[in-house]
Amino acid sequence: MKVSDWSYRDLAGAMAGDGVFLHLGPFVTHLRCAIPLVAEGVHALYADYRCERQAAFADFRVRLGPPRGVRRWYRSQVLFYFDDWPPFKPLPYNQAFAMFEWGMNWCITSHSQQHLMLHGAVVEKNGWGAMLPGPPGSGKSTLCAALVNRGWRLLSDELTVVRTDDLLLQPLPRPVSLKNRSIEIIAEFAPEAKIGTPARDTDKGTVAHMKPPPGCVEQADQLATPAWLVLPKYIGSAPPVLTPLAKGDALMQAVDNAFNYSVLGVRGFDAAAQLIDGCDCYRFSYSSLDDAMRVFAELADGSQ
Amino acid sequence: MMRASSLTARVFAHPETIRSVTLEDWDLLIRQSRRALLLAQLDALIHDHGLADTVPEPARKHLDSARALAEQNERIVHWETNRILRALRGVAGPVVLLKGAAYTMLGLPAARGRLFSDVDILVPKDRIDAAERSLMEHGWMSMHHDAYDQRYYRQWMHELPPMRHVRRRTVLDVHHNILPETASLHPDPARLLEAARPIDGTGLYAPEPADMVLHSATHLFHDGELEHGLRDLVDLDSLLRHFGREEQFWSRLVERAEQLDLMRPLYYALRYTHRFLDSVVPKDVRLCVRSAAPMTAAGALMDALFDRGLSPHHPSCDSRATGIARWALYVRSHMLRMPPHLLVPHLVRKSIRRRKGATAE
Repeated sequence: MKVSDWSYRDLAGAMAGDGVFLHLGPFVTHLRCAIPLVAEGVHALYADYRCERQAAFADFRVRLGPPRGVRRWYRSQVLFYFDDWPPFKPLPYNQAFAMFEWGMNWCITSHSQQHLMLHGAVVEKNGWGAMLPGPPGSGKSTLCAALVNRGWRLLSDELTVVRTDDLLLQPLPRPVSLKNRSIEIIAEFAPEAKIGTPARDTDKGTVAHMKPPPGCVEQADQLATPAWLVLPKYIGSAPPVLTPLAKGDALMQAVDNAFNYSVLGVRGFDAAAQLIDGCDCYRFSYSSLDDAMRVFAELADGSQ
Repeated sequence: MMRASSLTARVFAHPETIRSVTLEDWDLLIRQSRRALLLAQLDALIHDHGLADTVPEPARKHLDSARALAEQNERIVHWETNRILRALRGVAGPVVLLKGAAYTMLGLPAARGRLFSDVDILVPKDRIDAAERSLMEHGWMSMHHDAYDQRYYRQWMHELPPMRHVRRRTVLDVHHNILPETASLHPDPARLLEAARPIDGTGLYAPEPADMVLHSATHLFHDGELEHGLRDLVDLDSLLRHFGREEQFWSRLVERAEQLDLMRPLYYALRYTHRFLDSVVPKDVRLCVRSAAPMTAAGALMDALFDRGLSPHHPSCDSRATGIARWALYVRSHMLRMPPHLLVPHLVRKSIRRRKGATAE
């Protein structure tokens, strides 16, 4: 059963009761939460994901709820619990859905240390994966959101997972996080995209999540072969320029953007080096998403 | 007879029972083991018993992830001990590693999959100031800047305030004894240092096997907080199984416990490893340590407390009495560390500070 097969009432009721088992790619999350904002977010943005009342095994047991004490009512807050333990400080109540998303990122990264994980978006076309690593503010999420609205398959907007044994890219499609001006930019660029309720005044400014296209959720078990590493940079009114990047520089960029390079030791170095060896690597500066779409279309055509 | 009922303890006691663990129970086993810091040790246990093919696919990724972290831990311990030795060479006499760092550098089975939060070393008390200075010159800084904390450690405790390396962020505890100066038991650290043995090819030292067991027991039952009690019990069980294969070990263990004034912790260690993990202890050894048992009524109370306190601190292991039991064990551990005239002001100060901290947040 998919989330879209549930009525909002049933979903919110089940989430507030015994919880639901939400299938997110390779992971099953047991989610309990009586906060309408979260139920609405899940109902709208996870519509294409499998969701059941029962499952034999859950990878993550997640609950969101108010903290004890006065902050339940006075300037109310929300806490994220992983298996009944709160890994983070509470956030304002209106950020509950964003907290669910951030908490899920934490669940996945904390418990996938056997893979090489890079901070960055990753999309796929014809089986080939394009990795867009970069720190917050580099415009990778915006670019990623635009690409997945123009026929690229979303593997992830935040987390590039490279399997260290076969160097394939593991998809983890989830709602795409958009910040501040990106929200309007994407709404304008892709009016058909479904964007959830923005959470204002978070640490990252205003944050809203875009529903991932249904195809990428259905194909979450199809791995991609890494083909490109592109370091995007948004520069106001700049023409689109794709500059080849030396392998050594690309490797250092990959390492700098890795979550767990040091965890993996030699295995991490080998994986990163082979990954870069097998990819065409570029820096890419752009100001217009339409230009960027053209450049990526050319990249994809070149691989055929 | 085994009493303890967490799934994790049952699997560690009898690894082959994992064959009959259902997928639902795997879910629970992973959660309990993770909370007890035993997930990577569970993975090692499964591999060592040739049971890897019994792990269902959904569970495997969690074990793989935990193993990656434990392997990193192991590399860190090798590097940290190398750096510590370099900082202390010619300054502090032999550098004796304690607990996990010793198990890792000795390559003991107890080290497989074990996670660390810090490295513990033992140096002679008259060298501790020189050791601290040298460590500071090499980048380790004290983590407590509060004057009260500094005095608390330096006057009463058996260790310096924890030190953290400024660049690597790793934590080092420098001990001059294995129990606080103010504790009710008084092991003589000179005896531990005398009996320490070199670790081949490293320049480092570890306590002799019996002393490692006694230190682990003392730490668990007379000093530490029990948040990872089951992990510490698994350490003890693994050390006993490993060293216990040699017959002389057991008589030496009892002899050392007497010499070091640590019979009571040894009694508890043997009792609860047996109770939770079905460790096998020779009968004559059990009879020997029985003299150190608490009186019957107190013993029954300790059983009730430790059965709860040593289980994983996971909701699935909690009963109504768990909170009270943990609180009682917390109070007990402090009473064993300090006499009341020191303890009461200390706890009052701590609780006031905690309250201040809570309102400031």
